[in-house]
This record gives sequence, structure tokens and C-alpha cells, in this order.
Amino acid sequence: MTGINLIFWFIAILTIVSGSIVVLSNNLIYSAVSLLFTLLGIAGLYVFLWADFIAITQILIYVGGILVLIIFGIMLTHRITDVTLSQSSNQQILGGGIVLVIFLGLSYMILNTPWLENSAVEPQETIKQIGNLLMIDYLLPFEVASILLLAALIGAALLSRSSK
Amino acid sequence: MDLNSYLIISAILFSLGLFGVITRRNGVAVLMSIELILNAANINFIAFSRYSGMDFSGHIFSLFVIILAAAEAAVALAIILNIFNNFGSINIDDANKMSQ
Amino acid sequence: MINYGIAILLLPLLSFIIMIFVGKKLPNRGDWLSIGSVAITFCLSLSLFIMMLFKYDPYFKVEKIFTWFNLGTLDLKIGILIDNITIIMLLVVSLVSTLVHIYSTSYMKEDSRYSRYFAFLSLFTFSMNGIILSNNLLGIYIFWELVGLSSYLLIGFWFEKESAANASKKAFLVNRVGDIGMFIGIMLFFSSIGSFLFKDLYLGVSQGMFSVDTLTIAGLCLFAGAVGKSAQFPLHIWLPDAMEGPTPVSALIHAATMVAAGVYLAFRLFPIFTPQALTIIAYVGAITAVFAAIIAITQNDIKKVLAYSTVSQLGYMILAVGVGAYTYGFFHLVTHAAFKAGLFLCSGSVIHAMHHAYHKLDDHKSDAQDMRNMGGLKDKMPVTFYSMLFCTIALSGIPFTSGFLSKDAVLAGTLAFSSQYPNHFLLSLFGFSAALFTAFYMFRLIFLTFYGKPNSKKVFDNIHESPIQMTTPLIILSSLSFFLFFTFPNFNPLSYDGWFMTLVKSKDSLVPGYLNPTAYQIKEEIGQAHNLALFLSLSVAALGIGFAFLIYYSKLISPDSIYRRLKVLHNLSFNKFFIDEILKKYLIDPFLKISKYIAIFDWDVYDKYFINGFGRITENFSKTVGNLWDYKFLDQKIIDGFGRITKFSGSKLRLIQSGKIQNYLILVLVGIIILYVFQAI
Repeated sequence: MTGINLIFWFIAILTIVSGSIVVLSNNLIYSAVSLLFTLLGIAGLYVFLWADFIAITQILIYVGGILVLIIFGIMLTHRITDVTLSQSSNQQILGGGIVLVIFLGLSYMILNTPWLENSAVEPQETIKQIGNLLMIDYLLPFEVASILLLAALIGAALLSRSSK
Repeated sequence: MDLNSYLIISAILFSLGLFGVITRRNGVAVLMSIELILNAANINFIAFSRYSGMDFSGHIFSLFVIILAAAEAAVALAIILNIFNNFGSINIDDANKMSQ
Repeated sequence: MINYGIAILLLPLLSFIIMIFVGKKLPNRGDWLSIGSVAITFCLSLSLFIMMLFKYDPYFKVEKIFTWFNLGTLDLKIGILIDNITIIMLLVVSLVSTLVHIYSTSYMKEDSRYSRYFAFLSLFTFSMNGIILSNNLLGIYIFWELVGLSSYLLIGFWFEKESAANASKKAFLVNRVGDIGMFIGIMLFFSSIGSFLFKDLYLGVSQGMFSVDTLTIAGLCLFAGAVGKSAQFPLHIWLPDAMEGPTPVSALIHAATMVAAGVYLAFRLFPIFTPQALTIIAYVGAITAVFAAIIAITQNDIKKVLAYSTVSQLGYMILAVGVGAYTYGFFHLVTHAAFKAGLFLCSGSVIHAMHHAYHKLDDHKSDAQDMRNMGGLKDKMPVTFYSMLFCTIALSGIPFTSGFLSKDAVLAGTLAFSSQYPNHFLLSLFGFSAALFTAFYMFRLIFLTFYGKPNSKKVFDNIHESPIQMTTPLIILSSLSFFLFFTFPNFNPLSYDGWFMTLVKSKDSLVPGYLNPTAYQIKEEIGQAHNLALFLSLSVAALGIGFAFLIYYSKLISPDSIYRRLKVLHNLSFNKFFIDEILKKYLIDPFLKISKYIAIFDWDVYDKYFINGFGRITENFSKTVGNLWDYKFLDQKIIDGFGRITKFSGSKLRLIQSGKIQNYLILVLVGIIILYVFQAI
């Protein structure tokens, strides 16, 4: 148990530390790279939560898709010769204070709520369950999501077209 | 390694994302912070799903969140590219034509 | 069976919807679509008809009832009824409609609103089929108004002509008078029975749910609808004016089908009419028959003559209903539909030819419909001539034609009625004199149009026979006036026995107390009166034709000398008994005068003193209140105060509106924290 606990806390700290670098670093490339570690760490957390399918999806879509897209965005909007790719922040003290208050409120709420916990056995196959749910109970949202993706595709293509 | 630890991790990530959204001036950085917030929400979904007797609805929800995030990232980056083309910068403060 | 009915009902509607919206863009301006849908309707009706002949069952009946809607305890039912009468009517309507459609492709070819014309024809066919197929009064009423509408649209089809626009308005309004009566009648029945179905109506009447007086009044109210639609006296005035519409329309709507709807309604309702109501109906019909026939004698417009002839023949049918011989009236309706539609189409062919001749000579003043401008057209238009001659023979009631059989049957019914109730001898007198006049004016028309010397040589040379699309319907319709089509398998040209009289059986009256004679009694009496009626009607027809021959063909008697001798009568007839003028003088003008006085009262008394007085009081009151309270206190203190507060706070708050989205986000988060704190407290 302690070994697993160790690994868990390692992943948790990795996630949080790299998440802080994403927000605090002055170099956009550093931010993007640490976002990679944050996302991987979250995928690790999913594994601890018995959600293997979601973990794989997380790595495939977030790391393989969205992150690459973000790095492309950075490269397209900055001259690559800008060595620092620096960025600035504003109202850090005010924002930090407010966010701290919100975080404290959230923690207070989390720790003081008597969560209802049901024990469960580790499922053998999550993909089948998710597939059944998607195709039966959530078929309409599933289809709507596909339309949304199509719309996003067309919208993105339309917006990023060079204007004539 | 109980429910609370996941929730706290998620709360930390959420607050970090919120801080980023408020303070970063760079549009791409704001987008990354938004991804953090979405991931924090996803952790909550999966954690509640695990600790409420393995209810797979939470998994479905997080799947939809991921789909939305992908769509949002694509459109948001297209918008950022447009802003860059029109204003020569992606600092969201600079895109203030409406207030002038 | 019911599916056939639904298809017959809906096909023309479909064609109307397509034609009215995209008709113009279809190839050939869409006429094939309308013709196709009506032709399919005709084929379906024909197959129903053949099936009826094979079944050969006088009591055949199929009914399908749907619930239209449900309001608590009220369950409103409508439905489709198919029996022998329905099938025969469907066949008549779809046949005439198909022929008129084909005829119109040539007659209306040069019209710029060609596809709209066909759309309206489809609408009419749909509504007429609706009347025939309905098994309830409400359905009949709905389609009744729809045929009124399509008639209005088609009469006013050339609405650029002021006379056409006025005629369509007149037709619509005069029909409305009758329809109000009909609606009252329907509601009188509905309020006691709670259903519109004929079945329930018959049941309710036979169970004695109504007193005889109520039944008389309600029946006469319903009959008012028939008076309006079938152009009976005194609501006949719209039909002659309706001739402003295109001639094929007159043939379809104002001769064969729509005007017969009133008669059809009277047939359906015959079992519930009381003796008093029937007597009134018989007199209305008889007066109309003779009255319109007298007017027709002196008219010079070829279509006007035919229009008054239609009114007169419709009077015959109503008369037949009134004397109880209503199956014979129905017989007359069917035979009349064929030869009168034929006559109208023939006159259309003549008018078409005259019109083209004038057009060629660049003459836009002469009237192409005036018979005095025609003459000698016999050799120029042989097909039109022979078709018209045959139809005229049928209408005049000469043996070997269908018109002879049906008219003879109606007259026999009238004679039987008069011999049973001698104080009603006027009915027979009117009936036979109408037959005399009919023969006279129809042969006058033939002699004036086709014989004699042409009025103008130049016009005459330019007359040509109409194209084949127009002549084919003429031939078909006129050949249908041959008696054998209606008496098969009975080959005696003097007897009306045959499939028609076998399959259309009259029903006994349902009025309680045996006030009306039974169908069997009526039939027996008519059988006894048959021979006398035959002799009388033949002699009056011969007399009428003889007079026409002497006056207009051999010119032995000069028409002018007769005019001079009977000047008063001639003027009466020529001016249509001044009915329009009388209505104008005693109904429309007083109404307008009353309206004018009311208007004066309205303007000078009511408006000036009452309304304006209120105005002045309000004005003064407002001034006082406005000055003291509104301006001094409300405006200056409260309203301006609000303004000042808003201005002040706005000038301070606008500092927050930085235009930076992250500032707004911070404010949102502060708001969340405030809410959180409130929640915690």
C-alpha cells in the first residue's frame, strides 16, 4: 500500500507543480511543456480512479491533440526568433488574493461536507460499459456532440482563413 | 488516497487555472489556463463516479467535456490567430476596439 | 371504396396547391397537372360507377365516420358517404370537369393567368367533390362555402373588367344571404341533435324530436341555402351576371355542377321536409321555372339566354323536390348537366370564333356574344352546330333524348301532384308553360345564331370552326344526351325506366305522423299521370318550336309586330321583370339612406356633443392636473431627481467599465465570494 501511496502522491505533486509552472512561468514554451506534464499527471490520477479508458482518451486528445494545437498556436503567433517568448501578467496581487479566498472556500467546503461514499469493486472492463451507455442512454447527446465537432471544424476553418 | 485528496487536488488545479485566466495577458496562456480548469472539473467527475459505486455516467460526462475542450481549443485558437492578424499581438488587452 | 372517395377528394386539392404556387414554372404552364388529376378522378369515379352497375343494388351504401375533434361531451364527427346518388354525381362532376379542362386548354390559351385559371378549376373540383362525399351538414356547409369561393374567383377571373369584378361580388353576396339561412337551419338541427351527420338527423326526425312547426322552419332555412346556390327566385339575380366569367367556367360551375349543389342538398334533405315546407319549395321552383323562361325569350346575349335557361331548369328540379318526385328531379339534374354543359361549351365555341373574327378585323367595339351579330354560322361551324342542335333538342324535350325523359318525368310528377291537390293547379300550369317557353327560346337561339343571313359579310368570312380540343368535348357531351345512356337496358324511347330509375330509389318521408305520402304512393300517382303528361309536354314543345320556326326561320310573322302588340310584356321580360331595379329601390337604396341618416347622427350628434364633450372635459381636467401635480411636483422633484441620481452614479460607475475582460472577471469572482459569504452567514 505504501508503494502505491507513494506513487499517488508523486503524481499529485507533479501535477500541481507543473500546473503552477503553466500559470506562473514567463516563457510561453515552458508553460506549454509543463502543461504536458500536468495533463499526463491527470491521466495518472484517472488510472488511480479505475478510469483507464478516460486516461487513454486524455492522453490521446489532450496531449496528442489539444497540446499540439496550442504549441502550433504559439508558433504561428510569435516570431520564432523571439528567444524568450516572454509574456507579462497584470493585477497579480489582486487576482492572487481573490483566487486564494476562493480556494480556501472550496477547501473548507470539501473538508466539511460529509460525502456519501459507496464502496465498489474494480470493474473488469470499463470500455464496454461506456460503449453501452453512449449508444443507449446518451445516444442523443452523442450525436449532438458530433454535430458540435463538425460545426467547430467548419467554424475554425472559416475563422482562420486569411481574409481577402 | 480517499475522495477528499482528489477533490483537493482538483480544487488546487481549478484555482491555478482561475488565477491564470485572471492574470495572464497572452491569449494562448489564457487558453491553457482554461484547459486546467476543465481538467479540474474532469477529475471531480471521475472521482465522484469512482466513490459513488462506480457509476459510469461520470465517465460519459468527462468524455463530453473532453470533446467540448477539443472543439473550444480549435475555435479559440482560430480566434487568437485572427486577433493576431488584425492587431499584430495576442495580448487580449490590446483587442479593445469596442471600448474605444 | 372509401379510399377511392378520399382519393377523388384529395387529388384535385393536391393539384390546386401545386398549381397555385409553382404552376407558372411547370412545363406547358402546368395544364397537364390539372387535367391529369381530374382525369384520374374521372377514372376512379368511372370504376366506382361500373362497380355500382355490377352490384345493381338500389340500397347500396358505404359510410366511414371519423371523429374530427372532441370537446368534453361533444364528439364532433364527420365522414364520407358513398351511395348510388354520390357515385352518379361524382361521375357527372368529374366528367364535365375533365371535358371543361380539355376545352379550356384551347379557349384560355392566350390568357396571361392561364395556370391560375387551372388552379381555380382544381379548387372548384375539390370542393364540389367534397359536397358530394360529405355525410354531414357541417362538411357540406364547409365545402358549400368553398365552391362559393371558387365560383367568386372564377367569375371575377378577368377582374380588370369592372363588370366582371362587380358580378363576382354580387354572386358572393347574394349567395351569402342564402347561406346565412342555411347556417341557421344547420344550427337549429345541431342544437337539438348534437350531431351533424345525416344519419343522426334522419333518426332524430323520425323519432319526433322536433315539432312539425320547428321542422318546417328549419327545413326552409336549409332550403334557403339551396335557393341561393341554385339561383332560385328571388336570389336568382347573381347567375345571369355570373356569365362574365370565362365560358368554360359557366359550363362547369354555373350550368352543370355548382348550381346543382342546391338541388342535391334538397334531395338529401327531402325526407325531413314537412308538407308545408314542400309546398313552398314547389312554388319557389315553379315560379322560378316559368319566370326565368319568360326572361330568356327576349335576351340577345347568347350566354344570358343560356343562363336564364339554367335558372329555369333548376326551377324544374326544385319543383320536382317540392311535389315529391325528387328522384325524377335528380334524373333531370344529371341529364341537364350533360346537355347544358354542352350548350355552354358550344356557345363558347361560337363566341371564340366571333371574337377571333373581330380581333382579326381590329374591331374591339362589337359584342361577340350578341346573337344579332351572328347568323348563318351553320356551314362555317358544322360540328358546333350539330352538337348544339342536339343539345337544344334535348333541352326542349323531344323524344329520343335524355332531356325528354327527365323533363317528362318531372312534369308527370307535377301533374300527379296537381290532380291530387286541385287547388295547386298553378304548379302544373307553370311547369308546362315553362316547357313551352323553353322550346321557343332555345330554337330562337338556334335560328338566330346558325340560320339566316349573316349580319356582316366581313365577319362571316373570318369565322372558323374551333380546334379539336374544343370540339371533342362538344361531341361527347351532346352524344350523352341520347336517351339510351340513361334507360339501358330498356329500349323504349318514351319510358324512363332503366338502370337509373332502378338504382336511385326515393326514400319515404321521415316526418312523423304520416303527413307526407309514401314513396310508393307518389310513384303510383306519377305512373297514372304519365301518359297525359307525355301528350301535353310533347304538344307544348311542338308549339314552342313551331312559333320559333314561324317567327325566326320562315319569317312569316314579324317579331316586331309581336313586340309592338305585347310591348308591356316584352319590356318586363327584356328588363328581367325589373328585379334588380326593385331590389335596388326597395332594399339597397333604403338601406343606404338609413345608413346615411345613421351616419349623420353619428357625426353631428354623437361625435360632436358626446364624444367631443368627453374630449373637452378630459382636456380641461388634464390641463389642471398636468400643471399642478405633474409638472410642479412629479416632474421637477421625482423624475428629475431620478435623473440626477442616475447621472451621478453613472459618472462614478463608468470608471469600473475599463473594457478589459479580466477586470470584469475579477468583479465576477468578487460577486461569487460575496454570495458565498452570504450563504455561510
